[in-house]
Amino acid sequence: MNSVIKGTSYILAHAPDMVIHNGSTQTTERIVNPNSEYLVKLPSHIRSYEDALNYRPNQTYIGNMTPAELGEIPQPWYDKPMENGPRYGKFGEIMPEDEFYMMMQVCDVFDLVHLEKGFVADVKPRFTANPVISEDIAARIHDGIDISEIEHFVNEEHAEGLYYQDKLVGYVKRAHDVDVNLSAHVMHENLVSKASSVLALLYVVKNSGIDKSEVEYVIDCCEEACGDVNQRGGGNFAKAAAEIAGLTSATGSDMRGFCAGPAHAMVAAASLVKAGTYKNVIVTAGGCTAKLGMNGKDHVNKDMPVLEDMLGGFSVLISANDGVNPEVDTDIIGRHTVGTGSSPQAVIGGLVAAPLARAGMKIPDIDRYAAEMQNPDITKPAGAGDVPASNYKMIAALAVKQGDMEKAKLATFAKEHGMVGWAPTQGHIPSGVPYVGFLREQILNGEVNTAMIIGKGSLFLGRMTNLFDGISFVVRKNAGAAQAQEGGVSKAEIKGLIAEALRDFAASMME
Amino acid sequence: MSLLKDKKVIIIGDRDGIPGPAIEECVKDAGAEVVFSSTECFV
Repeated sequence: MNSVIKGTSYILAHAPDMVIHNGSTQTTERIVNPNSEYLVKLPSHIRSYEDALNYRPNQTYIGNMTPAELGEIPQPWYDKPMENGPRYGKFGEIMPEDEFYMMMQVCDVFDLVHLEKGFVADVKPRFTANPVISEDIAARIHDGIDISEIEHFVNEEHAEGLYYQDKLVGYVKRAHDVDVNLSAHVMHENLVSKASSVLALLYVVKNSGIDKSEVEYVIDCCEEACGDVNQRGGGNFAKAAAEIAGLTSATGSDMRGFCAGPAHAMVAAASLVKAGTYKNVIVTAGGCTAKLGMNGKDHVNKDMPVLEDMLGGFSVLISANDGVNPEVDTDIIGRHTVGTGSSPQAVIGGLVAAPLARAGMKIPDIDRYAAEMQNPDITKPAGAGDVPASNYKMIAALAVKQGDMEKAKLATFAKEHGMVGWAPTQGHIPSGVPYVGFLREQILNGEVNTAMIIGKGSLFLGRMTNLFDGISFVVRKNAGAAQAQEGGVSKAEIKGLIAEALRDFAASMME
Repeated sequence: MSLLKDKKVIIIGDRDGIPGPAIEECVKDAGAEVVFSSTECFV
């Protein structure tokens, strides 16, 4: 039987100071053009935490708005904030930067992260008041240290400074004096990824109600690499995060594929559970420091706030079929293979048309498509266009070309089978998976029956191949649930009928 | 006559638009010489 999507979580962490100090666009600019106008102007374009809370795409990511509701708001969205945007949503939360630094500290097991005394005293009560921060995690908070010690490590020992509202409040120090793979820069990026993954794991446990001890395997699908000089990508983020999240019965591994990583991981998790290897697998990923402010120059040039100030994370719990939750249909898998070719037609053909044709389906038979759900508010001003809209156009065009759909429906395809993008441009974070949380709900409430999740990865960025990559899978209403709705008999009902018959039999024996 | 015939061409393709290798095939057919071709990811 197919495995099911039993729970999801989506979290954000606001990281405005990390935009300035750690985003690759900014760190590169400081090297090549330290006196640039951009670096001078940037601080006045940084958003406050309240601005980040009131930003509608962020509220959509944590589940307080649906993509359809966001789509009703005319673009751009950054100048149309909501009022009193809440921190918590049904999928997760938007954590402020100061608390996220504490999250990084509790996720550090090598004494690399230290925070200033006063900062710890101020943040600790708020951090520990968070409903997902359990006592075992709170017990990991270290006492703060003197600012002079922090300044020493940042100025003399190559540590990465942690800044809050432009003030130095802590550091991440290097884990080795000469190994570049354990440098302060790499350790900072990896601890950010780990901390945001842990937060997502804590929420998926809470949202799904699963007992932590029942999680058997965790797959991390972010885009970072951890290891030392002898094994740069040795891993394993998954197990490291599972340890802090208290998933003591789990082991895990990392799957990579640039932005296609999450879709690959979902297919692997669904297959592992379907095969009976494990009963409960969590797919998880934390956020990416380097991509903070990636398109900042364009945002500043257009006098906009720098919108790429959010670290993203998500987790999805895949479990054995319960007859209720949506199924991951591993019989309909689209793959961009080595021989597929790179034309958009070939790509969408391999990812969408071919797997559906093998299953005897046509493109319009799928209710919803989720490809690259990047927020167009971020990408359009940077000249990268509306990425979800481009993907829908290509899918619709192929549907018409194949004769699956009338040409007249081209214009309405995106509205009927798609949605606007809302996810931060954190690489793997927007790649198909942000919709899985909403999809699960929409299938459970009967709004949607089928959806295709599409992940795409830019392998060429690693300079090992010119190839691109992609993988897709279909999620559908549970066959048991569908049968029950159609008047058939579900597994639970059969159990009930048998129990009733046995009771009657036992009663007749007593007479 | 092709606009690109005997021209030297630099190609920067887009992962979510038209990737470099696809543009490359088109401009080669049009008689141009590809001096550089890459695909970039803008997200």
